[in-house]
Amino acid sequence: MATAARDVNTETTAHPNEEAVVVRFAGDSGDGMQLTGGQFTLSTALAGNDLATFPDFPAEIRAPQGTLFGVSAFQINFGSEAIDTAGDMADVLIAMNPAALKSNLSGLRLGGLIIADEGEFGPRNLAKAGYAVSPLTDDSLAKWQLLGFNISQLTLDSVKPFGLGNKEALRCKNMWTLGLALWMFDRERGPIIEWLKAKFAKNPTLADANIAALNAGHAYGETAELTGPLKQHHIAKAEAEPGLYRTVTGSDSIALGLVAGAQLAGLPMFFGGYPITPASAILHNLSKYKEYGVTTFQAEDEIAAIASAIGASYAGQLGITSSSGPGIALKGEAMGLAIMTELPLVIINSQRGGPSTGLPTKTEQSDLYQAVYGRNGDAPLPVIAARSPSDAFDCAIEAVRIATQYMTPVMLLTDGYIANAAEPWKVPDMSTYEPFPVTFLDHVPDGGFRPYSRDEKLARPWVKPGTPGLIHRIGGIEKQVDTGHIDYNPANHQAMTDLRQAKVAGIADSIPDQAVDLGEAGAKLVFVGWGSTYGPIHQAVRRARAKGLDVAHIHIRHIWPLPKNLGDLLRSFGKVIVPEMNTGQLKTVLRDQYLVDARPLNKVSGQPFRIAEIEAAIEEALS
Amino acid sequence: MNEMTKLTPKDFETDQEVRWCPGCGDYAILKAVQRIMPEIGAIPEKTVFVSGIGCSSRFPYYMETYGFHTIHGRAPAVATGVKLANPELDVWIITGDGDALSIGGNHTMHLIRRNLDCQFLLFNNEIYGLTKGQYSPTSRVGTRSPSTPFGSVDRPVTPCAFALGSGARFVARGIDTHKNLGNVLKAAHGHRGTSFVEIYQNCIVYNDDVFAPFTAKPNAAENQLWVEHGKPMLFNGGTMGIALDRIDLHLHVVDVVDGNWQAAGVLVHDENNRGIAHMLVDMRVDQGLPIALGVIYQNPAPTFESAVVEQNAAAAKGKKPDLQALIAKGQNWTVEA
Repeated sequence: MATAARDVNTETTAHPNEEAVVVRFAGDSGDGMQLTGGQFTLSTALAGNDLATFPDFPAEIRAPQGTLFGVSAFQINFGSEAIDTAGDMADVLIAMNPAALKSNLSGLRLGGLIIADEGEFGPRNLAKAGYAVSPLTDDSLAKWQLLGFNISQLTLDSVKPFGLGNKEALRCKNMWTLGLALWMFDRERGPIIEWLKAKFAKNPTLADANIAALNAGHAYGETAELTGPLKQHHIAKAEAEPGLYRTVTGSDSIALGLVAGAQLAGLPMFFGGYPITPASAILHNLSKYKEYGVTTFQAEDEIAAIASAIGASYAGQLGITSSSGPGIALKGEAMGLAIMTELPLVIINSQRGGPSTGLPTKTEQSDLYQAVYGRNGDAPLPVIAARSPSDAFDCAIEAVRIATQYMTPVMLLTDGYIANAAEPWKVPDMSTYEPFPVTFLDHVPDGGFRPYSRDEKLARPWVKPGTPGLIHRIGGIEKQVDTGHIDYNPANHQAMTDLRQAKVAGIADSIPDQAVDLGEAGAKLVFVGWGSTYGPIHQAVRRARAKGLDVAHIHIRHIWPLPKNLGDLLRSFGKVIVPEMNTGQLKTVLRDQYLVDARPLNKVSGQPFRIAEIEAAIEEALS
Repeated sequence: MNEMTKLTPKDFETDQEVRWCPGCGDYAILKAVQRIMPEIGAIPEKTVFVSGIGCSSRFPYYMETYGFHTIHGRAPAVATGVKLANPELDVWIITGDGDALSIGGNHTMHLIRRNLDCQFLLFNNEIYGLTKGQYSPTSRVGTRSPSTPFGSVDRPVTPCAFALGSGARFVARGIDTHKNLGNVLKAAHGHRGTSFVEIYQNCIVYNDDVFAPFTAKPNAAENQLWVEHGKPMLFNGGTMGIALDRIDLHLHVVDVVDGNWQAAGVLVHDENNRGIAHMLVDMRVDQGLPIALGVIYQNPAPTFESAVVEQNAAAAKGKKPDLQALIAKGQNWTVEA
């Protein structure tokens, strides 16, 4: 019954117009492709294009040189119109060696441009990539435009005056390549030269060598007698709302959103973390923000990370922990403790391919069941999912709001794609955010203090140890209604289970109704997504609608509890299709909650959906 | 707090019904802790007892202080969060041999090496009581239990040796019903850093009398060595002492005649001596040596939470928190209207 996403690799064009270009940098994991991509992204943003990126790198830090599994790639889609995805197929592939060419060729559109470093296409590298004959010379690349030159040698020539060793000199290759790319798309070199100077401040020779390589690559494009494919492109600025912009990755925006959330709640923050791909960057970012009342603690394991965060919440700070699927599994028991003791806690899950160790550096959405259902006992907790790096900022604030207002752990789902991908972000005006200050109970209320008494939201009071007159004990054993004493009585357990359930269900009262992102309620077909599939679904639905198809797009942020109007809204559509990077998890939840005939569209390859895959599914569903 | 009101042990009792088995050693430990609370000047609302899971871990419910009964093995991690969030709290961790050394062994190690300021009371009864009597990581080889009907085959861990190996700066031992327990607890409280205290605790139901070789009245004098800093290591009414074989580097028992311990070569306890501490904690009755009790090792070092607080303050110094500026930071650009 599950529909696999159709393979649409044969398409010849990725774009409805030529105002957008997709460039893919691919090389050895030691070639610095992520750095190159990151800097190209920045210069593109500064040039005023809208953009989206997709870093695609191996789990190995330095895989053996020249191998297929050691290839690291960075894709960027930029243009003068709104860009929501990193692009289906690349228009330009920059391949730093044979392995990079081989493993990325299927993502290059027919007729697209290959720029290859001939210097790396020697017999050894060809053999490592499994080529008997160099593809640069045997016409096997005839379906594409090919441009080969010896980037390695050109780099060596350009940095000769600096007296670097051969190995060190060759490491400037990525800057030479970046220089060429900057010329191709008419970008300023200034900011990158500044960045190199700062990066190599302690070693001015390396800074100068890299700058020389960058300039040489740029000059090569400008002056070399190149006929054919290499030409300069001019891409107009994208229309954007006036204001201040910066680029953010999900890891940046979540860290910033958590700081903002803690400030809006008026709380110091305690972050307990344990290194795991792709979540570690949140810990790295937060560890720099000491002046915002942030304490970060690198714990001995995932369990200690969450347990320490619970301890900090108990003591009156905002406890936060973060991980990826395998680490979240380890935290499961402690989440139950936070649910039982009704303490605020934010848990971030940067999802990756699973199960087990799975695909650490690839993206997937397969932890939705884990988030909503994955604990022992009836253990409800609210779940929020971010749709993009910039959306993750608001989602992090929302997670803090719910955790502190409802005295509950909250899970925020992102994924490897959101964590690593960059996009321009209009810096929000923080004065427009409504604060939600926390009030600790600090006196005995009328009628006496009962640790499990509840307010109108069913939240219990938050009491800091150290407060006179309110001494009490909490723990993971079932609590008596109101008093919080140990109580195993059947009627009490029923009552407490119902209360915990009702408290989390009641959060639906404080979240907005589900909106329709594109199209209208009552359309023939709706695509319902969540998380990082927003871009491809949105673009595909937009294109289908432009062709006159009656299709809508709904994107759910609040996974649990779901928005109150969602059932009626879904029932208004003729057909409901749920594209997910898993085997159909949100689909199951929607069926269970609303008895709607939601159909799955699944992709579990570790790669994001392509727009064309979803477009094809729309056309099929309406044919 | 009202300075004028002198608290009594009773002020540290709760209204909760104590649910340990009659005759359990935990009662005596609870009494000892409640007894010393006024003596150490404990302020109930600034005191937090954090426990894991097991018989011992019910402890917080019976202390009229703040308390957190957490999950199996994780008390050190929860306590770390509590103490980092509020270093002014006086944190006590209550745990057992299974909780601290089996499921929570990792956290115990890291708590100790970081030297978080807290008292860590490990109730060692060499058995899993709450799950009905399985052998534990401290059970001796050959322990018959529901899960080892033919006797356990794996060698036990020595808790104090584990603590020293993890870098502990305070290691002490006590016995549940022994009058000295209060002094050991007071010394633990007086030490800044992780104060590791192993308390031999008799499980009357599943492991009764397992410590009798040194706790039973007739055996006590001969097999208990209560060490005290600066005092000779004497026991059995001063007629026996501990000396160091300086050739083979091990401790052995010597007879002391007419109180002349110097002539017998008895060691003077130096609680700063880590090497001797390692030897003391390894002494066993079945090797003909008494069990070392009291404060075996103490050598203070900076605590974890103070280092964290210091670094946080230093890193924040002179920086003004400006959220709007923070979120705009980095390479940014302006789109004009």
